[in-house]
Amino acid sequence: MQLDARIPAGPIEAKWDRHKAELKLVNPANKRKYTILMVGTGLAGGSAAASLAELGYNVEVFCFQDSARRAHSIAAQGGINAAKNYQNDGDSVRRLFHDTVKGGDFRAREANVYRLAQVSASIIDQCVAQGVPFAREYGGLLSNRSFGGAQVSRTFYARGQTGQQLLLGCYQALARQVAAGRARVHPRTEMLDLVVVDGRARGIVTRDLVSGAIRSWAGDAVVLATGGYSNVFFLSTNAKGCNVTAIWRAYKRGAGLANPCFTQIHPTSIPQAGDYQSKLTLMSESLRNDGRVWVPARPGDTRKPADIPEGERDYFLERMYPAYGNLCPRDIASRAAKRVCDEDRGVGPGGRGVYLDFRDAIQRLGRAVIEERYGNLFQMYERITGEEPYATPMRIYPAPHYTMGGLWVDYNLMSTIPGLYVIGEANFSDHGANRLGASALMQGLADGYFILPYTIGDYLAGAGPSRIPADHAAFQGAQAEVAGRQRRLLAINGRRSVDSFHIELGKLMWNKCGMTRSAASLKECLERIPQLRAQFWEDLRVLGTGDTLNQSLEKAGRVADFLEFAELLALDALQREESCGGHFREEHQTPEGEARRDDQNHCHVSVWEHQGPDRPPQMHEEPLQFEHVPLATRSYK
Amino acid sequence: MEVAHATHAEVAAQRQPGRVARTLRSSIGSKTLMAVTGLGLLAFVIVHMLDNLQIFLGQERYNGFAAFLRSTGPLLWILRIGLLALFVLHVGAAVKVWRANKEARLEPYVFRASVRTGYAARTMIVSGMIVFAFVVYHLLHLTFGLTHPELFALRDPAGHHDVYSMVVLSFREWPVTVSYIVAQVLLCMHISHGASSAFQTLGITHPRWLWLKQGFGPGVATFIAAGNIAIPLACWIGIVQPGTGA
Amino acid sequence: MDFTLHVWRQAGPDQPGHMELYQARDISPDMSFLEMLDLVNEDLEKQGIEPIAFDHDCREGICGMCSLVINGVAHGQQPATTTCQLHMRHFRDKDSIYIEPWRAAAFPVVKDLVVDRSAFDRVIEAGGFISVNTGSAQDGNCLPVPKDAADTAMDAAACIGCGACVAACPNGSSMLFVAAKVAHLAHLPQGQPEKRRRVLAMVEQMDREGFGHCTNHYECEAVCPKEISRQFIAEMNREYLKAGLQAH
Repeated sequence: MQLDARIPAGPIEAKWDRHKAELKLVNPANKRKYTILMVGTGLAGGSAAASLAELGYNVEVFCFQDSARRAHSIAAQGGINAAKNYQNDGDSVRRLFHDTVKGGDFRAREANVYRLAQVSASIIDQCVAQGVPFAREYGGLLSNRSFGGAQVSRTFYARGQTGQQLLLGCYQALARQVAAGRARVHPRTEMLDLVVVDGRARGIVTRDLVSGAIRSWAGDAVVLATGGYSNVFFLSTNAKGCNVTAIWRAYKRGAGLANPCFTQIHPTSIPQAGDYQSKLTLMSESLRNDGRVWVPARPGDTRKPADIPEGERDYFLERMYPAYGNLCPRDIASRAAKRVCDEDRGVGPGGRGVYLDFRDAIQRLGRAVIEERYGNLFQMYERITGEEPYATPMRIYPAPHYTMGGLWVDYNLMSTIPGLYVIGEANFSDHGANRLGASALMQGLADGYFILPYTIGDYLAGAGPSRIPADHAAFQGAQAEVAGRQRRLLAINGRRSVDSFHIELGKLMWNKCGMTRSAASLKECLERIPQLRAQFWEDLRVLGTGDTLNQSLEKAGRVADFLEFAELLALDALQREESCGGHFREEHQTPEGEARRDDQNHCHVSVWEHQGPDRPPQMHEEPLQFEHVPLATRSYK
Repeated sequence: MEVAHATHAEVAAQRQPGRVARTLRSSIGSKTLMAVTGLGLLAFVIVHMLDNLQIFLGQERYNGFAAFLRSTGPLLWILRIGLLALFVLHVGAAVKVWRANKEARLEPYVFRASVRTGYAARTMIVSGMIVFAFVVYHLLHLTFGLTHPELFALRDPAGHHDVYSMVVLSFREWPVTVSYIVAQVLLCMHISHGASSAFQTLGITHPRWLWLKQGFGPGVATFIAAGNIAIPLACWIGIVQPGTGA
Repeated sequence: MDFTLHVWRQAGPDQPGHMELYQARDISPDMSFLEMLDLVNEDLEKQGIEPIAFDHDCREGICGMCSLVINGVAHGQQPATTTCQLHMRHFRDKDSIYIEPWRAAAFPVVKDLVVDRSAFDRVIEAGGFISVNTGSAQDGNCLPVPKDAADTAMDAAACIGCGACVAACPNGSSMLFVAAKVAHLAHLPQGQPEKRRRVLAMVEQMDREGFGHCTNHYECEAVCPKEISRQFIAEMNREYLKAGLQAH
């Protein structure tokens, strides 16, 4: 596997401009001769599909939801970063770049991150023009808030529904292209395989989730915008449908998969209430702007929060990280919460929770201000827990939320398979080992609006229109494999439900490969995952048939892939003998319990190559160089 | 389900001559027609009620006013034709909306519940149909004089058609009075939803005028019902007595 | 807690459906409605009965995918709450619960409780957007937007497109959904150039999809999980009449 990141030469500030000027262009009249298959309609997929159709390409768009408007980007609450410096507080492209590289614990590519910071400002302009109702000041100008991991106010927001509004913006842009006949959306359609012909991505195989029809789609390029794999933990803040299938299928067809062990655990989720729970709900990180995080100072203190006097409270983030306090990055805040809970100082049922307290903010700013800022979040919390956060502190606990790892891509966002592009959370590129708040929306839209539309043209211009039809032998073969797999799932007829396997896998991964990991726990994972997988293929029971809407069958396919992918995740976590960002190895920590990076041996991207069903995957390294943000121990003290 | 898109060309067509008809045929257009004609009919109902409350001022005044109306000649006919047009358009639009709404939900809910909507709003078509039937009866009764020809032939001392006595004497028959009262209750229900609803349909959103969409309908409906019920009731229980000459 | 469930089962779009009786046992009051259904499904699978199909995804009240009529009320009795955020603590032990799909001719049933809401997508495709190509935007602060206008636009834009308004409307009308999008864009300066053609095209498409006519019951507003105001419907009526009746 050749890992050429194709980073343009020249000073970092000029790389992207120079690269854009050097990229080949497709003649406007020829663009409609190219078909691009877009899988996923979140911020990355939706914005890319709309932008590519605007350019004149013929775009076929696929999503498993019933509408392109429902992808899980919609659930992002807090905001989107952009280096606009409207607040005059010292922000700049350089600072956003710096914060993102440092926040990612030096495991992202500098050139990619710099470009991300550069295009961030255009994203806001684009979204405003589309009618995204960002929060405004009385003067009519855009409002900003600060967000975890940054000391400037660069986050743009639309109440607590920023992701929703941005997604509706690109959904509407895509709708316009559908009406214009340049894009077609295929909802309730799931990609189940990638078709590679002569080393190039040439199409996909999908299942129509309503009719069960399995069919092939041929195209000139395939773009995966299929999100992250946090649901490998079963309980996560992701939507129930989020899955690893698309990128896992691409991996099995030869695409390199990078840094799967970089998973982000978000500190402010509502704690799990019981075993029946089907998902965890995130409370926006923006709450940490005004809320103070604390636990009782004394272990085993079960008094009500109001009964614990000020002197017996431990505002542990403010104590441990005075410079950033409650706004320290997600990985740091999550581990700190885990640590105090491990000390038996956690609160709420099961003792896995910490308080997020608005008492002081309400006293300082008044209830009306807090209500305006966080009203919908407080309401959501109250709905789920039955508790009133204005009166009693919220309880929060970390939860799997985002995955920095994903398919390896070069500077052009192309994977190791020519013609296969990967954008948004599905790729690995910009967040390193930890993502800063309000950066996921930024990256998804940067990839979709402003990067892919340029870089994909370069590939298409070079390759020329594809003449491979959808009934080519490679398509027939892939289709037969997909159908065979589905038949096998339906034929097992064992005793256990899909969910029972998913829950078991999730528990294993959370306990042994979650917020902290050790060689021993990872080896246990590597031993138990294959056993669970074998059991799955022996004892699964999926009722119904393949030729109608069958939600158990859909889930079974996804869980089967999670059961394979989880092993690679654990393997990657085991080989990365260091702690960095969201990846915390118990063996590698400072005496104070902070992460200890190993830049000597692990300052690289780990890229995994599939070697066939019976051979272990092979790992390749893409070395990382830091010329602009000097490698340093991340400190938020 | 495949449904064709409204294309740019079609929307452009909406900007061409004929756009008014096209706009009025749409769902919002039909409702607008219903709202405007409904408000027109409401105005008539109010005026009609005020006219008839003159019955409490005695035979001479009441019959004099009736004679005055008839003396306006062509003007009265223009009003009558206008009123008929309002009525036809109102009913026509109502039937169109009602049929479209039937087709929009073919399979009913097994468990039916409503959160906000009231009885009056849900029964507009029924109350409307009953009021329609009543209007026909009312015209046969007092305008064409077909139900009580003997009363219709009465003359007052001034030689006018004795509308006053005709009204008073016909309400001495309880079935007539009861049917009038029932019809007024239904009209009241119809207006209580319809009048407020019309202003919503016509796009009132200014806070100063929100009362039109809220209290106005029930208020005006109650007012009309009270006035209109007072007449047959007063005649029936003898507060208003037949006039001289009857 | 234990519940008796009456659930609509329908094998496919053209097949007849019927209510089926199931028991839900040992339900925690802290469960969400969908978690309760997960448990019932798990139980059904054990008995060899195909699980109940229902739409859901984010389970945090924002994607708009979940869609159940619970005891005759879209998304259930709890105001401003989607089905996925409705918790069993709001029911009484031993309650009977009727669960039905959104019912509207424009939303045909796909299976059991799953319906096809693609009509909404086509209404948006008809004009629910601002025509701006990527890359052609000026600086975001070039055009100030009064805070009130931005807030009102956001109030309307909060719509999640779940279709509860259609399900609740006695006439199966989608006026609240369409009005929310028309109002969202009409309140912003960016939405002005296409204001007239947008409302004409969206209403045209809405009618074509077979949604009913609004007769101002306001059931839509009552069940809307995002509390979209009926004032937006009045606003759309006005905008539509202005656009349709004025000479251009």
